[in-house]
Amino acid sequence: MNDKLRKLTGKALFLPIFCMILVLCINVVYDIAQGNRFYDFFVISIQNGVLYGRLITVLNRGSEVAILAIGMTLVVSASAGTDISVGSVMSLRASLCCMLIAGFGVTSVASSADFACPMLLGILAGILMGGVCGAFNGTLVAYLNIQPMVATLILYTAARSIGLLLCNDMIVYIRTDAYGLLGSGSIGVVPTPIIVALVCVVVASLILKKTAMGMYIQSVGINKKASRIAGLNSKRIIFMCYVICGLFAGIAGIIASSRITSADSNNIGLNYEMDAILAVALGGNSLAGGKFNLVGSIIGAYTIQAITTTMYAMGVSTSQAPVFKAIVIIIIVAIQSPVVKAWFSKRASHKEKEAVKA
Amino acid sequence: MKTKEKKKINSNTLLLLITILLFIVLYAAGCMAYSSKGFTHVQTFLNILINNAGLICVTCGLTCVMLTGGIDISVGSLVAMDCMLLSVGMSKWGMNAIVMCILVLVIGVVFGMVQGYLIGYLEIQPFIITMAGMLFARGMTAVICTEQVSITEADSTLFYKWANIKIKLPAALGYTNSKGVLQVPYIRVGVVIALLVLIVIFLMLRYTKFGRSLYAVGGSAQSAAMMGLDVKKTKMKAHVLSSFLCSIGGICYCLNTMSGSVQQATGMEMDAIASSVIGGTLLTGGVGNVIGSFFGVLINGTISSIVKTNGKLASSWPNILTAALLCFFIVLQSVFALLKDRNKK
Amino acid sequence: MEHDIVVTMRGITMEFPGVKALDSVDFTLRKGEIHALMGENGAGKSTLIKCLTGINDFQAGEIHIDGVEGPVKNHSTMDAQRVGISTVYQEVNLCPNLSVAENLFIGREPTTKFGTIDRKAMVRQAAKLAEELDIQVDVTQNLENYSLAIQQMIAIARAVDMDCKVLILDEPTSSLDDTEVEKLFTLMRRLRDQGVGIVFVTHFLEQVYAVCDRITVLRNGALVGEYPIEDLPRVKLVAAMMGKDFDDLAAIKPEGSKDYSGEPLEIDAKGLSHKGTIKPFDMEIHKGEVVGLTGLLGSGRSELARTIYGADRAQSGTLKVAGEEAKIKQPIDAMNKGMGLLPDDRKEEGIIGDLSVRENIILALQAKQGMMRPLSPAKQEELADRYIDLLQIKTASKETLIRQLSGGNQQKVILARWLATDPDFLILDEPTRGIDIGTKTEIQKLIIQLSEEGKSVMFISSEIEEMLRTCNRMAVLRDGEKVGELDGELTQERVMAAIAGGAGDE
Repeated sequence: MNDKLRKLTGKALFLPIFCMILVLCINVVYDIAQGNRFYDFFVISIQNGVLYGRLITVLNRGSEVAILAIGMTLVVSASAGTDISVGSVMSLRASLCCMLIAGFGVTSVASSADFACPMLLGILAGILMGGVCGAFNGTLVAYLNIQPMVATLILYTAARSIGLLLCNDMIVYIRTDAYGLLGSGSIGVVPTPIIVALVCVVVASLILKKTAMGMYIQSVGINKKASRIAGLNSKRIIFMCYVICGLFAGIAGIIASSRITSADSNNIGLNYEMDAILAVALGGNSLAGGKFNLVGSIIGAYTIQAITTTMYAMGVSTSQAPVFKAIVIIIIVAIQSPVVKAWFSKRASHKEKEAVKA
Repeated sequence: MKTKEKKKINSNTLLLLITILLFIVLYAAGCMAYSSKGFTHVQTFLNILINNAGLICVTCGLTCVMLTGGIDISVGSLVAMDCMLLSVGMSKWGMNAIVMCILVLVIGVVFGMVQGYLIGYLEIQPFIITMAGMLFARGMTAVICTEQVSITEADSTLFYKWANIKIKLPAALGYTNSKGVLQVPYIRVGVVIALLVLIVIFLMLRYTKFGRSLYAVGGSAQSAAMMGLDVKKTKMKAHVLSSFLCSIGGICYCLNTMSGSVQQATGMEMDAIASSVIGGTLLTGGVGNVIGSFFGVLINGTISSIVKTNGKLASSWPNILTAALLCFFIVLQSVFALLKDRNKK
Repeated sequence: MEHDIVVTMRGITMEFPGVKALDSVDFTLRKGEIHALMGENGAGKSTLIKCLTGINDFQAGEIHIDGVEGPVKNHSTMDAQRVGISTVYQEVNLCPNLSVAENLFIGREPTTKFGTIDRKAMVRQAAKLAEELDIQVDVTQNLENYSLAIQQMIAIARAVDMDCKVLILDEPTSSLDDTEVEKLFTLMRRLRDQGVGIVFVTHFLEQVYAVCDRITVLRNGALVGEYPIEDLPRVKLVAAMMGKDFDDLAAIKPEGSKDYSGEPLEIDAKGLSHKGTIKPFDMEIHKGEVVGLTGLLGSGRSELARTIYGADRAQSGTLKVAGEEAKIKQPIDAMNKGMGLLPDDRKEEGIIGDLSVRENIILALQAKQGMMRPLSPAKQEELADRYIDLLQIKTASKETLIRQLSGGNQQKVILARWLATDPDFLILDEPTRGIDIGTKTEIQKLIIQLSEEGKSVMFISSEIEEMLRTCNRMAVLRDGEKVGELDGELTQERVMAAIAGGAGDE
């Protein structure tokens, strides 16, 4: 029995799936307590031609975090550090894109006739901007040996402010359906963000599967010195991870900005870096780098969104929610801490010894 | 051999010199550009001190943590939580100002102990723990109250009195304004507290065993342990000190704003880290000084002051400039470290 | 107990899971002597020292220390310091960011009546201490401004000032140059004359004879013997360390004493060097030749190999590979020229612990192919299967994580990694360390087989016999310098004489 339990808990995806189920259970209990049907959380209906339901909300709203989690997973794996600038980079990207489309100093455009440059170009420029930010972070981390969190702190502060500057200190609105398609529109009956996230996940896993990149990143993350001797260019690989992370932050930025058809520099992507890091940790990945599990991170991302949605449903306000997230983070990292692990294994071996004696 | 032992300019002293020089250049530039707007008055400089009294306290504490090679990004949120607690305590619960201040300081110590224990004894990355601390404190601020709460004279006459004390400096430093009234420069209570903290921490770092052990742990934790220092305890104490000074900073901050709100002091951790780094504190630990950090704060304050005096520049410029300076100094540090490494090999 | 003895260790036995690191070892240290503790890697020197300083917890035996009642058992370096035992390591355990004076006094600073540090008194006392020991420093300067030798001396001064009776110097000279070493020796002699017992651990034979009074030799965790310095000439010391009774050595004729000088040059290095580890050297290796690098540990064997491979970037000289000039900045450049390196530190530089056996095998080949051209899963499986079969790697499956394998099998996986890249020139640095006899023989056979296939091999090993069995020619290194080559008839006598220096040089 004990053996089976250990085998189960040892599985890579145990932690994320366990957390997910826990959150779902809380929802069921909450629904019952509220006198709703116990399966209310899972009910999916179609309203106005789009899928509707709390589960869909979680999937929809969780798209950004899921996309960010992909890049963050790679960064954590390769460099044993986190990129805390992703939220700000999202905001910068949104600002740049909206500024390009609307033209500098214009606060609102309502039709595509008023666009200063084609929408697609603006979006591409925005994503590219994410890549540039990633390259900046990557240079500092990989080539100048600066601790990842400190290096990314620079853009964490600056990116959002630069975005504000681009928008002339105002909120720029692009009030066209075309721009809103990615965030608040739908393709068929499925909300677009879900599809974008799905595409990102599929593309990322295909790249990782079809090239040797996944192995390279893990190898560098596990043992940098040995990887170098075996012919890998560790620095370039770490650099690349940051660029990818920046690109994904760019894509997440589009969705966030498209959702509100504007560039609200102060609020887009606020605290998303925390959610992305938490998603990686919840996904069963060690924040000390090395082996990674992309699927785990994705499940982690949606779990966090489920937690958030659940908290909102229970009447916890947006600004109060961080308290619970903080507690979750501390519990997860404490469990992962080598000291605590050593303590547990010591106790386990002690128990075994006693069992043998008996 | 002999050339190696020759005295040379220490790269760390060089960083501090660059910082002080930078402050002088910035301030002089401000004076020249905006002399018509009163930038040359002594009060302008004192206002920088008044506005940043809280930040000075916070940065002193953060510098101590960074000396051990750690980091604390929970400081801004903790200040917000302190302000909120003070405001709500005095205006809604009708508590005495002294009781509330003591409560805030105790909370600071407890907060620091928890973070310090997790970092020192459980050996978890300080960044992650203090990030959680940051979320927690910010969230707790909202749990205490989600709206902006102001402290009025009716709520606590004592606190109101503290906030409004003007400590006047010699009249000779003053100037006569356009209406012909002599403006005597003044400072506020917060500045006195902040300067006291600065001096105490400076002396502590230089003349106490604890102060020196912070440097030793940051220089090489392994060596420090081999020489008989308790590394875990030192790290924990550093975090307790940081959070405690943060609470003092919170009180100073509240004396300035007389209110509490969830969005207060956002990004303060950034300012504090930037000030520390600009002031010559190495991110890898072991090198730094609160005097440098003090100049770091002044540089920060001067930038905002210039932007404010200009009046036309966008409000986001101070942030961008601070980040650019931070980037410059981090890269400088890294280049120095790489050069040192190469020399050794 | 004799009056002038400070430390007596009797019957010290220490077992790690599965390995007996020390087997009933005795060690005696007298007042006012410098006592060399010698032995090859894994002989148990550091384990013995760690037992004395309280880092290791030994299972049997007793330690007696002069002036302390009853047997002593230390539980930490602090305990050891309390009874007067101080250790100075190769990596200086001081804080570079603090001043010399602070490094001397941290944790025990002189205080004023307010309980604060009396900096003036501290500087005064530090200056006095430095003067007494004739260390020329400005004690207010930061430690990092001084050379490593001075830092070592400061560390020693700290130990001495804490009333140490026993001073252990663990490889203190590894990163010092000759003048620096001489300074250190002067200090050591001075302390000896003051009555301190000094244990000196080093790999440099010259230094042992320059400064020591007595030698204790360990081998494979057991005591070989304790000798006054004059009774143990260099060659005998090498023999004692390597476990060969010098008189019994039979000349073994190397197999395949074929002459390769007619073959084209595979590697032609001229004046390559890496500052601080290996002085400029020339090296020629012909196609199909097996060249051994010999010398004691720390003599620069690995460093020479690493410089050719680009693991440490060469700072001078030129390298031609198969006749063409090669610019090697990092390992991948060397790999593209057909090289491979099996590093000596398997754990740090060899295995990627959390990856599977299969991934570890294909890693180098994949790196050579480039990221965008992945090996197909079928190809990966095939390679893994082939080498697991060929080298008889014992693993549950090819998806087992490599860190779960035994040391010998891990080594085989790393070997497979390089064989999979089909190299023209393979460097094997201690491929047989810590693995069983059977595997050793297999690896030796493999080297000969590679040579027969026309591949060049550079082979580094601490065991002379296996080098004799496989090498056509040997280069001898001593103290970071290539001092000569041996070809023609290789015998153990000649090799050992060459390693020891003196008569054997050619």
